[in-house]
Amino acid sequence: MKILVTVKRVSDPEAKLKIKPDGLWIQTEGVKFVVNPFDEIAVEEALRIKEKQTGEVVVVSVGDKVVTEQIRAALAMGADRGIFVNYAGSYDSYDIANILAKIVEQEKPDIIILGKQAVDDDMGQAGFMLAELLGYPQAAFASKVEITDDKKKAKVTREIDGGLEVKEVELPCIITADLRLNTPRYASLPNIMKAKQKPVKELTVESLGVAVKPRVTVKKLSEPPKRKGGVKVESVQDLVSKLKTEAKVI
Amino acid sequence: MGNVIILCEHKNGELIKQSLSAAKAGIDAAKAMGGKSYLLLIGSGMDRVKESASHFGTDGVLVVDDPALAGYTAEAYAIAAYETIKSQSASLVLSTTSAFAKELLPRIAVKLKAGMVSDILSINTEGGKVSGFTRAMWAGSIVADVAVDGDIIIATVRGTAFEHAPKLDKASEVKALSVKIDQQTLKAKYIETIEHKSTRPQLTDASVVISGGRGLKGPEGFKTIGQLADLLGAAIGASRAAVDAGWVENDLQVGQTGKIVAPNLYIAVGISGAIQHLAGMKDSKTIVAINKDPDAPIFQIADYGLVADFAKAVPELVEEIKKVK
Ligand SMILES: Cc1cc2nc3c(=O)[nH]c(=O)nc-3n(C[C@H](O)[C@H](O)[C@H](O)COP(=O)(O)OP(=O)(O)OC[C@H]3O[C@@H](n4cnc5c(N)ncnc54)[C@H](O)[C@@H]3O)c2cc1C
Ligand SMILES: Nc1ncnc2c1ncn2[C@@H]1O[C@H](COP(=O)(O)O)[C@@H](O)[C@H]1O
Repeated sequence: MKILVTVKRVSDPEAKLKIKPDGLWIQTEGVKFVVNPFDEIAVEEALRIKEKQTGEVVVVSVGDKVVTEQIRAALAMGADRGIFVNYAGSYDSYDIANILAKIVEQEKPDIIILGKQAVDDDMGQAGFMLAELLGYPQAAFASKVEITDDKKKAKVTREIDGGLEVKEVELPCIITADLRLNTPRYASLPNIMKAKQKPVKELTVESLGVAVKPRVTVKKLSEPPKRKGGVKVESVQDLVSKLKTEAKVI
Repeated sequence: MGNVIILCEHKNGELIKQSLSAAKAGIDAAKAMGGKSYLLLIGSGMDRVKESASHFGTDGVLVVDDPALAGYTAEAYAIAAYETIKSQSASLVLSTTSAFAKELLPRIAVKLKAGMVSDILSINTEGGKVSGFTRAMWAGSIVADVAVDGDIIIATVRGTAFEHAPKLDKASEVKALSVKIDQQTLKAKYIETIEHKSTRPQLTDASVVISGGRGLKGPEGFKTIGQLADLLGAAIGASRAAVDAGWVENDLQVGQTGKIVAPNLYIAVGISGAIQHLAGMKDSKTIVAINKDPDAPIFQIADYGLVADFAKAVPELVEEIKKVK
């Protein structure tokens, strides 16, 4: 079984962010960058499927040279090889889906796993756009993935608004990972060393025949209105009286 | 041109409440653009919902009612939505930011070759066209003005950012459309929904929400805040840590990657106030935090902070509220 998994380089969710003077993006100097947490879960799931079924895990990232760090991080977790799509410009989720569709054409994986959303742009679109471009079925927000014995289908439990939903999709398919799918493993030191030897193929969007043309563009970033902290109350009685007479919410 | 289609999620014969925010956003945008607004309902056996949906002040309701659409799959619903939208010359397609729409609208966007923005906070129009949107990024720590190219734009609407469209006596015209869905080509099958049943209000609809975090120590702690919720008619929410631990159901997670709520009163109990959690509740009207750590970041945004052990403070709170109610 061949599994393709995507990793996006994003600012550390813990990082304190500042907007660049031109207001078009965040300041990246001094900010730590990591694999998008949902993509880490996607990599882990790919590895677990491979461990059960045998096969290969291929990891792909799109961006400028620095994203190879995130590819190496996935290789250190256990992925077999990487594909680095060298592209330094801006893009939207649709562009990413277009690029990934070309890679799927080349690699013909049985399963493609992405994160349910990137935690920087919070769009949550690329996986589903990719599925539509390829005409593949999708299992969104997965919290459990079982491959059927004949290896022709995946039965996926998904996190939805009112609970869980079970869906069966034929392979090849798209899966997007939600938080409860698994707990990603840490890369051990020997595996980090080994990852340095693993092959990473470099491609360009031109060589893939994709014209990147974002439909969605950020015009200006700004800080949201700050919510002012209020007061500390002395006691439960104090709290109740304030809620009743001041806030008038009970 | 300037027409808006609002794809509405419905359940048990009613539109879900969040859909009414998308309806309001769509009706207003259509007015600003000098176009018409239509609700779009997709499903099977929708006599009741199509009647009630006709009272929200849109220029019409479009219905694709087909037994082939009985169990929801994004694959089938995307076909139904696409065929309908194509026949209506719409320039904006909206839906609420729900699990249903989050995985469905991107498929529709590709069918229409349209750009899509997720979870918008506002729509700006100019000269009969959409000129841009605002939306949150990086867990709500930054707000972005975004522009979208193309003759048709797809967007999901944050429920808490728009009012609900009011229900009117007047009914708009309901038009049935038929779309051919070939099950064989879908490669996907809906199996079942494991519904999280609760007698409490829905998290996204409730006027009071009481959320628990890791500080509640276990499912027992959620029983304690449950008493307070019962007293106030509140919904229960949770931090990611509490959901990951398996203390409560996944659909109760509030935050960047869970549900966004903005009730009249939000009480955070044993929650530290990570930015990912704040992203889901910081627009609540009044925020109360109960935490035993006086330096917990949640206190920086809470209107009222109580430094206390929840195990003692919450039962006391129940007694004290009973006295004044
Ligand atoms: C990709 C990603 C997505 C995420 N999405 C979300 C999301 O959508 N929603 C979300 O909530 N989080 C999310 N998180 C997690 C978030 O970063 C925090 O880890 C999480 O919110 C912490 O939960 P908590 O406040 O319950 O736990 P903790 O941070 O451990 O805080 C527990 C608090 O309880 C207090 N406490 C302990 N004992 C008591 C007591 N007896 N009485 C009173 N108080 C007590 C402590 O002082 C502490 O402040 C996400 C993280 C990532 C990386
Ligand atoms: N530059 C990228 N390189 C690789 N994968 C990406 C990239 N951007 C987005 N993705 C994948 O698409 C998912 C959804 O992204 P988004 O639509 O931006 O929220 C992410 O979780 C990634 O798995």
